[in-house]
Amino acid sequence: MVNRKIVGAHYGLIDWLAQRVTGVVMVIYTLVVAIALRQGAGANYASWHEFMSGGLMRFATFVFIVSLCWHAWVGVRDIWMDYVQPAGIKLALHVLTLLALIGCAGWAAQIIWRL
Amino acid sequence: MTTRTLQFKIYRYDPDQDQKPYMQDIAVDVDATDRKLLDAMVKLKAVDDSIAFRRSCREGVCGSDALNINGRNGLACLADLASFPDGKPIVLRPLPGLPVIRDLIVDMTQFFKQYHSIKPYLINNDPPPERERLQSPEDREELNGLYECILCACCSTSCPSFWWNPDKFVGPAGLLAAYRFIADTRDQATNERLDNLEDPYRLFRCHTIMNCVDVCPKGLNPTKAIGKIKDMMVKRAI
Amino acid sequence: MSHKVTVRKFDAVIVGAGGAGLRAAIQLSEAGLKTAVLTKVFPTRSHTVAAQGGVAASLGNSEEDHWHWHMYDTVKGSDWLGDQDAIEFMCRKANECVIELEHYGMPFDRLDNGRIYQRPFGGHMSNFGEKPVRRSCAAADRTGHAMLHAMYQRNVKVNTQFFVEWMALDLIRDAEGEVLGVTAMEMETGEIHAFHAKATIFATGGAGRIYYSSTNAFINTGDGVGIAARAGIPLEDMEFWQFHPTGVAGAGVLITEGVRGEGGILRNSAGERFMERYAPNAKDLASRDVVSRAMVTEINEGRGCGPNRDFVLLDITHLPPETIMKRLPGIHEIALQFAGVDALKEPIPVVPTCHYQMGGIPTNYLGQVVVPGKRSQNEIVPGFYAAGECACASVHGANRLGTNSLLDLLVFGKSAGETAVEQLKNSPKAHKPLPEDAFAATLARLNRLDTQKGGANVHETRLEMQRTMQKHAGVFRFADLLKDGVQKILAVQKDVQRTEIKDKSKVFNTARIEALELDNLIEVAVATMVSAEARKESRGAHVRDDAPDTPEHPNGRDDTNWLKHTLWYKDGNRLDYKSVTLRPMSVETIALKKRAY
Repeated sequence: MVNRKIVGAHYGLIDWLAQRVTGVVMVIYTLVVAIALRQGAGANYASWHEFMSGGLMRFATFVFIVSLCWHAWVGVRDIWMDYVQPAGIKLALHVLTLLALIGCAGWAAQIIWRL
Repeated sequence: MTTRTLQFKIYRYDPDQDQKPYMQDIAVDVDATDRKLLDAMVKLKAVDDSIAFRRSCREGVCGSDALNINGRNGLACLADLASFPDGKPIVLRPLPGLPVIRDLIVDMTQFFKQYHSIKPYLINNDPPPERERLQSPEDREELNGLYECILCACCSTSCPSFWWNPDKFVGPAGLLAAYRFIADTRDQATNERLDNLEDPYRLFRCHTIMNCVDVCPKGLNPTKAIGKIKDMMVKRAI
Repeated sequence: MSHKVTVRKFDAVIVGAGGAGLRAAIQLSEAGLKTAVLTKVFPTRSHTVAAQGGVAASLGNSEEDHWHWHMYDTVKGSDWLGDQDAIEFMCRKANECVIELEHYGMPFDRLDNGRIYQRPFGGHMSNFGEKPVRRSCAAADRTGHAMLHAMYQRNVKVNTQFFVEWMALDLIRDAEGEVLGVTAMEMETGEIHAFHAKATIFATGGAGRIYYSSTNAFINTGDGVGIAARAGIPLEDMEFWQFHPTGVAGAGVLITEGVRGEGGILRNSAGERFMERYAPNAKDLASRDVVSRAMVTEINEGRGCGPNRDFVLLDITHLPPETIMKRLPGIHEIALQFAGVDALKEPIPVVPTCHYQMGGIPTNYLGQVVVPGKRSQNEIVPGFYAAGECACASVHGANRLGTNSLLDLLVFGKSAGETAVEQLKNSPKAHKPLPEDAFAATLARLNRLDTQKGGANVHETRLEMQRTMQKHAGVFRFADLLKDGVQKILAVQKDVQRTEIKDKSKVFNTARIEALELDNLIEVAVATMVSAEARKESRGAHVRDDAPDTPEHPNGRDDTNWLKHTLWYKDGNRLDYKSVTLRPMSVETIALKKRAY
């Protein structure tokens, strides 16, 4: 194959936008949790359990985890893109990162709905 | 006439003679008529004719004499000698991130390649009218802060994203030019221009570090132009 | 170091990528010809970039205007030394060329109705000299920059092949005098190449650097003019140099006449608007030679400003700040950078500064180089074209009007390109063979420079030339100073023939480049001094103390003996003359009369 710099993968905007949107989601979730903590939601195990196991909160936490993983995926992938040049290794790292993030998300979901 | 002695540390490398680059210590006397760094450099060259640098208009419009001056990119012809403190040598290096041809002269091929990649010309496929294409003063004003770029490369060579991906990231100068044509009401290729930048590298490697804005000798703001391109892409997508 | 010469073949080679070169290149590239454009600097660094005020065209966007009025102004501005056929050609082509430029994408300022903004400029009047007219099409005060970039961009679009940082060295001519290309040096490697071409177009700009105080860039070393002179082409009207009234005192950086077009006023130490005395009608917008002489007269008579009373003031503090920031933002920046003055609040110190070379390589209005021969005084040199400041068409005659230089390079760049395309279509397929000694002159010059021992310092020799020119051939000229000047400049020429450089590197050797540039500069300097010494009249920018204003010779102009173009030949340092074309293409001759503004 010819060795040529190739660009134009046509997914720059989605990723850029996703990183901003997921960032906003994470900020909002963090604020909600911080306020709840200030109001004593974390005073003891019982109150913290009650706060976190509400239906809406379960959903919000899950959205937060997904946002975090998506955000991290774009960021970590950018690092592999910049610092790892051989295509094979790069692809392997992409796959590993993706698997790790999906694993984390799944594990988090399991925890959330086990509460 | 009052004279002043200026100490310099200059990056020297001539592939024809030197094994590797080195810093040369050299001094030159300047008088009150020498206002700018370039004036002093011209005098330096009279002392040592082997110091190689580019220069032309000496008034900040041609973009030839961009250098790294005391760690900061700028034009030698606009750098005030009075702004350099006494007793500390002025350190001159070539623009960072581009291959050095010799001394302070860098190979700008990559920089211009990125500029050319954004199709830096007006695209309008209507048959040209007999008179000028009309444009309102307000529409013309959109081009202010964009068309004045002198392609000196101070911005792109101070951008870490460009250092890292000079082959894939267009860089602030090229993106400023891209928006100059997107913003021109006479240009009809906005969609193609946006398509051309829709990629994880070409546009989106800009992480709003804003070194470009900091060093631009013409006071232009590439980051703002890049932001406007991103806005247009979002608007187009939703 | 011995040099090997690589030969490359092209249909056409263009030397120089400023306004004229880029305009010609568009023509050739669009015609699909194999064209090489050689340039010492990246195209957008050419000195066209520094033009500020505008480009003249009688578009009539703000008020009634007509190419015939423009033509009248240009002939009058030239002090009747301009060729009226070429002037008519240029003024009639102006609109077409400016509109084309707009279509290329040039960001002209706009009027409310969407048309190109036009401002008044020195010497441009309506109705055959009646009152100033808005004729200068402008992009703020960065017209040259906007224009050069627009034309470079157009060339990118049409895939022009540039050889960036290549310096042309000598012309290749065969025994019949036909031009077959140039030799050139790739600056990065020091290698010598020959560009073998069927058409050679010079667009190398002026040589303003022969003077000590100049608005010109370091690269304006008259390379094409020097090369042509060495190749036996005479140089036309080299005694005529324009001193721009408003260079920043000390720095020499240009302040556009557009400043006065927008309402700026020149004042002496008493605060007086002195131009009212010298040009009651046009005042500050009189033609450049007139304003420059008025300023020098004020300074010489002790009404200059500053501690040494050696400059006058350009005042725009009465203009609304919005106008300054909108129409003259670059000037505000330049005043701050190079005069340390905030032009909104304080006047700018200015002095007349060498700006433009009216003379050059003689051409006709088709861009073909012409020399006197057996059949006529304008015989075409086959294969050789020139346009822009390096050429003398002659549209500027003894004095150029502001904004006519950008027009010159558009019109004649295009016309040289068109003529070359036309000629190439009819030319035989094969290139004429190069003569055996095609590279001899170039190699001799390079070998001399490589091996020179105990020679003259390039920097000092150049300074000596510049000081000599400044003192002996300045704004006002004196018979005795000119006479001395000829001897002095010939002495400097001897030094130029034995310059020595310490740097012997092959890689981007700027010392060698400067020495080679000096070879070109000195030809221009000698031509200027010798031509000026010989012209015993005052005309346009050439004003002598021994040719004063008399009833018999108004303004010191002597049409009986001196209404003719000078031709200087390097060979034998010889002068010849040829008549001025007074007959336009389609209109009546603009009759000789005293020039007053």
